[in-house]
Amino acid sequence: MTFEVGSGLSIGVILATVIVVAAMLIWVERRLLSFWQERLGPNRVGPFGLLQVVADMIKIFTKEDWVPPFADKFSFVLAPAIIMTVILLSFSVIPFAPGVGVVDSNIGVLFVLAMASLGAYSVMLAGLSSDNKYALLGSLRAAAQMISYEVFMGISILGVVALSGTFNLREIVLAQEENGWYIIPQFIGFVIFLIAGVAESHRLPFDIPEAEQEICAGYHTEYSGMKFGMFFVGEYLGLVLISSLITVLFFGGWLGPSFLPGIFWFSLKSFAFIAFFILLRAAIPRPRYDQLMTYGWLFLLPVSLLNLLITGVIILSTF
Amino acid sequence: MLTLIKDTLTSQVVTLWRVFSHLWVKADTVEYPDEMPYMFPRWRGRIILSRDPDGEERCVACNLCAVACPVDCIALQKTEDEEGRWYPEFFRINFSRCIMCGFCEEACPTNAIQLTPDFEMAEYERQDMVWEKEDLLIDGTGKYHDYNFYRVAGKKIGGKDKGEARNEAVPVNVRSLMP
Repeated sequence: MTFEVGSGLSIGVILATVIVVAAMLIWVERRLLSFWQERLGPNRVGPFGLLQVVADMIKIFTKEDWVPPFADKFSFVLAPAIIMTVILLSFSVIPFAPGVGVVDSNIGVLFVLAMASLGAYSVMLAGLSSDNKYALLGSLRAAAQMISYEVFMGISILGVVALSGTFNLREIVLAQEENGWYIIPQFIGFVIFLIAGVAESHRLPFDIPEAEQEICAGYHTEYSGMKFGMFFVGEYLGLVLISSLITVLFFGGWLGPSFLPGIFWFSLKSFAFIAFFILLRAAIPRPRYDQLMTYGWLFLLPVSLLNLLITGVIILSTF
Repeated sequence: MLTLIKDTLTSQVVTLWRVFSHLWVKADTVEYPDEMPYMFPRWRGRIILSRDPDGEERCVACNLCAVACPVDCIALQKTEDEEGRWYPEFFRINFSRCIMCGFCEEACPTNAIQLTPDFEMAEYERQDMVWEKEDLLIDGTGKYHDYNFYRVAGKKIGGKDKGEARNEAVPVNVRSLMP
């Protein structure tokens, strides 16, 4: 068994790493948030509180896994499985480093977008099957938000796709090796993708579907135990996914000075974006729901279309 | 649209930077069990009963503290010794009810009941939170070192008659007509 793209070893290592990293983010986020709020954060369990994740896992596994009697059992159980599945599937097309990855799909970008769309089913089913008004409100908000922001997310990537001429994420990185990182020609596309990515992964400031202060955790109000844990880890998996996508699409993936392996540069860039997302959570307050939708349709949509148009004009005029 | 971009740059980005710059500000947290925080002398913590400078109990069992207590956690019974001094027969504070408001200390006319900076009073049994007089009474004078109620009050006790307290006039003889 060799370590190459698509080998069993590669798949196993990537799957394990991604899940462990997502779980560790629980600790990283609490710790970073506390530093930015002049606190210490969890530092009691293990060195620097590193084993906090283990403690959390023990707690979440030994909790009562309760399904409300009024809930629709089948879709209630199905919903958290969907979000984990689709996000883990999205990781299959990410090129982590030369020779590290699950598949080199030539429709990689489309696959990620399709999986992000399927993720909307998870929150919708969770909210509907809970039979709880807060959960229903949360899932309504989530469905509208995810469908709206997927539009700008897709359009903002199209500039990169047009520049590199491929949907294959690995070839997009290779194209950046020749042409330079796409952050420079596609800066507006990057900003829109960043904002849409925050909305897609329900992170603050766009965590309107699960706003604790308004609708008490939204679509996962009724969830407990490991089912809640799957939503929780799923959210962090989404965070890792969006950060890796930004790295691949706009910041040259594994490219970097060659004295360190490519996977290091990939991890470094991705972690920088994860930290940025956590900083967003620490700093920016949540907008109102109608502000979110107005901002999306009346600002991000025209800007992203304009960005695509100008990119197309430039590509055509340079040929 | 231009104002939105301008607002984003001037408001959101500045906010992000200001929050990020807190990374190199030292945390305010005091890691309590490892590191004891400074407790102010007027902190309202565990309640004690103090003694006067002569070493006698200050409490005269007037019940004002029990009346002032908003949660009714103080119970006491008055009794007298052979010298005429009043003192509590029992004095009981239920610390599982006490809210450390300090009203008893304000109500006390003899500075007997006082609150201290100690707050580590956790117990495993609820019954252990009920403190009796021998648990509450300390050997010192607490916050007020010189005050002695019977030396300034007109109450007659053994060894001190009427008119012998500090700044007290000799009692008027009501049966005499002389000025």
